[in-house]
Amino acid sequence: MKVTGTAHRVGDHIDTDAIIPARFLVTTDADELGRNCMSGLEEGWVDRVKENDIIVAGENFGCGSSREHAPISILGAGIPVVVAKSFARIFYRNGFNKGLVLLEVGDDIDKLGDGQDITVDTEKGEITNNATGDVVKCAPVPPFMQGILDAGGLVEYARKKLAG
Amino acid sequence: MAHTLAEKILQNHTDEKIAGPGQIVQCRVSGVLANDITAPLAIKAFKEMGADKVFDKDRVFLVCDHFTPNRDIDSAEQVKTVREFAHAMGVTHYYECGEVGVEHALLPEKGLVGPGDIVVGADSHTCTYGGLGAFATGMGSTDIGAAMALGETWFKVPPTIRVEVTGKCGKYVGAKDIMLNLIGRIGVAGALYKALEFAGQAISDLTVEGRMTIANMAIEAGGKVGLFAADGKTLEYAVEAGRKNAQMIAPDPGATYERTVDIDVDGMEPQVACPHLPDNVKPVDETAGLHIHQAVIGSCTNGRIEDMREAAAILRNRKVDKNVRCIILPATPKIWQECLSEGLMEVFMDAGCIVGPPTCGPCLGGHMGILAGGERAIATTNRNFKGRMGSLESEVFLSNPSVAAASAIAGEIIHPAKL
Ligand code: SF4
Repeated sequence: MKVTGTAHRVGDHIDTDAIIPARFLVTTDADELGRNCMSGLEEGWVDRVKENDIIVAGENFGCGSSREHAPISILGAGIPVVVAKSFARIFYRNGFNKGLVLLEVGDDIDKLGDGQDITVDTEKGEITNNATGDVVKCAPVPPFMQGILDAGGLVEYARKKLAG
Repeated sequence: MAHTLAEKILQNHTDEKIAGPGQIVQCRVSGVLANDITAPLAIKAFKEMGADKVFDKDRVFLVCDHFTPNRDIDSAEQVKTVREFAHAMGVTHYYECGEVGVEHALLPEKGLVGPGDIVVGADSHTCTYGGLGAFATGMGSTDIGAAMALGETWFKVPPTIRVEVTGKCGKYVGAKDIMLNLIGRIGVAGALYKALEFAGQAISDLTVEGRMTIANMAIEAGGKVGLFAADGKTLEYAVEAGRKNAQMIAPDPGATYERTVDIDVDGMEPQVACPHLPDNVKPVDETAGLHIHQAVIGSCTNGRIEDMREAAAILRNRKVDKNVRCIILPATPKIWQECLSEGLMEVFMDAGCIVGPPTCGPCLGGHMGILAGGERAIATTNRNFKGRMGSLESEVFLSNPSVAAASAIAGEIIHPAKL
């Protein structure tokens, strides 16, 4: 999959309370959660986001609680991909289960700046700065996670298994 | 092959041969947990998967503990969803109303989790049961929905960091301080994707409750699990909780560890995690003198009876500063009752504390003790993220129960010895 959009840079250890504060956890509606995406980081953060924009994060993105409302709120905000230096593990599972694509970039994450127009190629593991043509390489989506994505997320994966 | 504790437990639940870290294995689970926030999503996923029954009605645990007693209409609706599902599926272990307690204190107390189990929960602090020698870890609701239907899930075998804790805890120093100290050293991502395995004299000396306090915060170091061998003390605890067939479990000698971290508790001071991350840890004296508006003693980290006793020992015959809300939440009805019969309730009320029902409440900024902008709290909970207990402009400091109680009395953060 290829996604082109504006990079929104956030820092290290962005936790699930920053992504979606607990007071909003009384719904499972993606649009509603999307309207409050990142409001624990900054009120109104989401107002600058357009459909298909991309979060570019530091280390340990999504740490904290197991709330799946976090990836749902990111997807609800119109963001299909997050690239980060690294991800917290529960968030990592949740992302793929919900269809949010996550790419681990490592230290090269610092080559990507806020507001840049970028294209992410999740199969090749490439992130291109469209203004300069510079490419940042990263590992593509691992085969096991790709399998879950290909099945259409964990729900579909389990449905097939149950239907046996 | 010599197995770490994590590898050993995983091996006992899979037919595949475990060769080492990185391998993805499918495992049978012993128990599956969700709460009033995460269960509605798990139920939704469960239904979308086309499932019509849970894999085992005695091994699905649904605990409505976060926003209960329901704080508003929306949370009441969520609990209703969970209740109706539990009834429709015939789930034996559904907890609400007067039976509910904070899930990670409740399940061990009822003997529903124990040594050698694999437990997955739609709550990040599911790792608490590592204190009993269970491979227990948090996942999201969709994973939990699938586990409720299938009775199995996949794991990536984690590399293990061995934590050797030596020495003797001084007065006012305990399990919480050992863990805060570790998190301060390795950082909030120090055990990312990894297992933590605790050993050493100071660990053998700890009670099972203390071990659960440590295991509880494995996730605050990014860890997948925080594991303790199950020894004689564990068996005693398990038998008392009603698990008759509990067995000891320990890592194999010669197992391979990614690295070892040594902690010496001799001379360690009580530790405090400062805003806004649990790894911003300092000895209490370096934070002394900071005024507080609230103290919270409770949660799945430190809301058990020995924590209540520890707090009461400080609060006895003293008064909480009149500018401080000192909120005490015994984590389960059983603990509440023990506080009552041991006379601790009287101590709390005489001191001017607010004693609440067993609930998560303020720990996640849910209800029953929300902070205004500019307010500062000290809490025995596990997270001090920005806005965790209320306003984005508020602050949370994490400590053990003695420090929290002493600070409530002083009106500022203080070493209990200096009261
Ligand atoms: S007490 Fe706090 S950390 Fe524990 S389960 Fe409840 S909200 Fe989560």
